[in-house]
Amino acid sequence: MIDPQWIGHELAPSVLPIERTRLQFFAKATGQTDPVYRDPVAARAAGYADLPAPPTFLFAADYDSGAFYQLFSDMKVPLGQLLHAEQGFTYHRVACVGDTVTVRTRVDDIYAKKAGALEFVRLASRATDQHGQLVAEWRTVLVWRH
Amino acid sequence: MDTTLAPGAVRVGDELPPLHLPPVDRSALALFAGASGDHNPIHLDIDFAQRAGLPDVFAQGMLGMAWLARLLTDWAPQSRLLDFKVRFLAITHVGDALSCSGRVLETFERDGMQCARLAVQATDQDGERKIAGEALVALAHRPAGAP
Repeated sequence: MIDPQWIGHELAPSVLPIERTRLQFFAKATGQTDPVYRDPVAARAAGYADLPAPPTFLFAADYDSGAFYQLFSDMKVPLGQLLHAEQGFTYHRVACVGDTVTVRTRVDDIYAKKAGALEFVRLASRATDQHGQLVAEWRTVLVWRH
Repeated sequence: MDTTLAPGAVRVGDELPPLHLPPVDRSALALFAGASGDHNPIHLDIDFAQRAGLPDVFAQGMLGMAWLARLLTDWAPQSRLLDFKVRFLAITHVGDALSCSGRVLETFERDGMQCARLAVQATDQDGERKIAGEALVALAHRPAGAP
């Protein structure tokens, strides 16, 4: 079982520069053909400063930085037994290429169900941009299938 | 594009144009791993998956959520997306072909803005629900502070 001391733990902040080729890769990888997400001219015509980071993209921050892997290692949760249970975003502004987003994530709760066969980790994340403006917040629930 | 979201044009029960995905293949899992930063070998490496007691690799939940995001941004500009949440109900396996759909549950005013609450889901070729959730979309331009 995960040590409850991890409740309240704050992951190291993850700094994610929003970059054009990465967003174009993400568009390819998700089958996104809308030119707003691939072509800066189309993005600007739609009112964005440059390519917008799509709604789920910022979740990459804690992977790219290694913060998630560090957390799983610290909590001794094996990657092979981890599933994503829930994910929810609240959006305040759209981040675009040229922005740098900093994500701060903390462990909100750890709880078990089914007599401990399933152990849940709930995380809360907050993303701000280089101006300190709030970009998005999200809640993540992961489940460790023992 | 925005005219379709004129507040009077959106009604409870309206269905979003569905999004049909091709069957998930291993290349798709590899590309999404790279693009999303999720390098968990459970999605990439069949040897790792089998050592973990599973028959094969399976899709990242966030790949499905990204597809549902496409459903939403095909319907409304992303600048109007206020909230988007899902529960991952079942694993998406290699070979599963998902269909994403959504419909308007209610319209209401929040902070002086007309909004729509949508139900969204992704089901596989057998009709099994893989992901279910909701989104909140503003039906007019957002106030200053959002592009």
